[in-house]
Amino acid sequence: MSFFKKLKEKLNLKTEETSDKYKDGLSKTRNSFATKLNDLVAKYRKVDEAFFEELEEVLITADVGVNTVMELIDELEMEVKRRKIKDTSEVVEVISEKLVEIYYGDDEEGDIEKLHLNEEGLSVILFVGVNGVGKTTTIGKLAHRLKEEGKSVMLAAGDTFRAGAIDQLNVWGDRVGVEVVKHSEGSDPAAVIYDGIQAAKSRGVDVLLCDTAGRLQNKVNLMNELEKVKRVISKEIPDAPHEVLLVLDATTGQNAMSQAKTFSQSTNVTGIVLSKLDGTAKGGIILAIRNELSIPVKFVGLGEKVTDLQPFDANAYVYGLFADLVDKE
Amino acid sequence: MAFEGLADRLQKTIQKITGKGKVSEADVKEMTREVRLALLEADVNFKVVKDFVNRVKTRAIGQEVMESLTPGQQVIKVVKDELADLMGGEQSKIAVNNKPPTVIMMVGLQGAGKTTTTGKLANHLRKKHNRKPLLVAADVYRPAAINQLETLGKQLDLPVFALGTEANPVDIATQAIQHAKENHLDYVLIDTAGRLHVDENLMDELVQIKANVNPDEIFLVVDAMTGQDAVNVAESFNEQLDVTGVVLTKLDGDTRGGAALSIKAVTGKPIKFAGMGEKLDQLEPFYPERMASRILGMGDVLSLIEKAQENVDEKKAKQLEEKMRTMSFTFEDFLEQMQQVKNMGPLDELLNMMPGMNKMKGLKNVQVDEKQLGHVEAIIQSMTKEERVNPEIMNGSRKKRIAKGSGTSVAEVNRLLKQFEDMKKMMKQMTNVKKGKKKGLNFPFM
Repeated sequence: MSFFKKLKEKLNLKTEETSDKYKDGLSKTRNSFATKLNDLVAKYRKVDEAFFEELEEVLITADVGVNTVMELIDELEMEVKRRKIKDTSEVVEVISEKLVEIYYGDDEEGDIEKLHLNEEGLSVILFVGVNGVGKTTTIGKLAHRLKEEGKSVMLAAGDTFRAGAIDQLNVWGDRVGVEVVKHSEGSDPAAVIYDGIQAAKSRGVDVLLCDTAGRLQNKVNLMNELEKVKRVISKEIPDAPHEVLLVLDATTGQNAMSQAKTFSQSTNVTGIVLSKLDGTAKGGIILAIRNELSIPVKFVGLGEKVTDLQPFDANAYVYGLFADLVDKE
Repeated sequence: MAFEGLADRLQKTIQKITGKGKVSEADVKEMTREVRLALLEADVNFKVVKDFVNRVKTRAIGQEVMESLTPGQQVIKVVKDELADLMGGEQSKIAVNNKPPTVIMMVGLQGAGKTTTTGKLANHLRKKHNRKPLLVAADVYRPAAINQLETLGKQLDLPVFALGTEANPVDIATQAIQHAKENHLDYVLIDTAGRLHVDENLMDELVQIKANVNPDEIFLVVDAMTGQDAVNVAESFNEQLDVTGVVLTKLDGDTRGGAALSIKAVTGKPIKFAGMGEKLDQLEPFYPERMASRILGMGDVLSLIEKAQENVDEKKAKQLEEKMRTMSFTFEDFLEQMQQVKNMGPLDELLNMMPGMNKMKGLKNVQVDEKQLGHVEAIIQSMTKEERVNPEIMNGSRKKRIAKGSGTSVAEVNRLLKQFEDMKKMMKQMTNVKKGKKKGLNFPFM
């Protein structure tokens, strides 16, 4: 059975809604990417050097990253030789296979995308990232999602720096109907989070979502501050934070790798939320990040609505990219 | 690793061909391949890279490189020139309408930094151009966006025009202009909501605002970290709104900023300003040449030189040199020197601008402890005049007093004294060996 058929079958098992969301959200992404691949297939009947060069560019345009693309192309060239592939459309199949392979590595499919929270008692999720990636919005959406799952949720307004950030989180709290722990602007973020933990504990809340101010990863002082926040959390609850989610903007290029590395160093990032995937950007750098740092993506942001945060699913992601090709078979 | 500078990469290629005496076409091809990779790693759009590399190739295969004694450097020069050419001249001018108010619209994707940039730009207009700007809160969608602008207005002590979240952004903009006229404010900065360039409804809203307020400038605000998609974003915004300029934000991060090149290449519109930090005065004119160096990973030498020139008094520098030679360098001079360096800006920022800083493993992300710098300053300031000039007189009780006065410990005072002595010794050696040559200070806090 071909890879695409397998993929399709797998996806049929999932709820229609999820893959539809992916299709909608990724439609622009998919269009440009799949169109290019189709063009490529049509243009090159033969699998030759020129074909691989084009392919390299198609992948680079998806922000996959030069290193990963080079590796991928090398492997692909070998695979093509080994399997004696002559047809370009077959090569495209091998690519998607490779992409999913790169993504999962030795890990269990379906497990790495899950949030790992406490069964009993309070779980703490810390959100980190550079300025403007959508941390606060993601927290609002995730709070809604967790509440729908029947969990009690509380938010801690740890972005005490940016003008209006506390108000923004507050609006989300009202919208979703969860409590927000906050101090005034300019106060110590660690203190806010500490208070958040105390309040969450005493009220028997299931999940505390902690917002932090956006910071560029090369600002050493600000990264130290983040480390302190994490320390405060761990001191209050030994195995917390249960998740540290790095929010990445899908439009970001190669700098996302540097973000993932540096934020991991100071806060031990456990997962990525890829935001703004509903534009034309592809966010291909997540493949490189997963490949080099083995940090999985947990959620993707596919729109502005409160329900537009979806769990990440590598198969659906690739399906979104190649949907046209899959449907054709 | 991915972030080797082009200069380093080319160096490797060049090592292979040195001794050949002549550069072949194949060599040039290999060099341009490195150029291509460097640009792609810097997030320059691949189409833009392709055109660019072809131009470089043509020039490189031409006489100017082939016959040069240092073909590698020549290639870099060609690349740099072409890059700077492509990015255009310096363009930090802002339009002035002779019938005030001048209207500026800020547009861009979500999270690019429009609101912060609006605040910075208003501050710039007031400080540098002596204008009276009005901030207009037309982002009615993002929760608390109006709040954010109002807070910025308070911080800057500038008026903010807002009609709440229920009003129509087009109405807000139109009424704001009326408001500015009535209150004799000469600039109107409209902060619009972030939107996807493919969101037809919201893009149409911008077109409506434009049609109604007839802005003198439309600034597209773009995150410097944007990847390959920068061309799509810039192209759509430009097609629908015919923007007049670009502001590149978050350039104080460690991104190479290839997006700058992509945007310029597809829109032809000048990049006017660069956001260089979270503070409201950290908006700088955009310098194409420096950006070219940065994209290529060659360090921002020009910025560094300029900063030094601005802040270091030449006469004082001469005096200092004299003192170093005659070994009469004291804590007084040291303090002064330190303050001069501090005037140049945060130290880690300065270090980042130095070429080669990225590739030196030990120095990468070197942590300059500004706090410790403060301690050093406090210690020196707690010394008496005599102690500063004559550290030899230092004894236990003096040290104790200084430690107390500066809020540090005797151990710290001792460390500084020791470092100061070492420094003086080193200066002596340096000035002896390379008399008149470059002076380099090794500060104890680095």
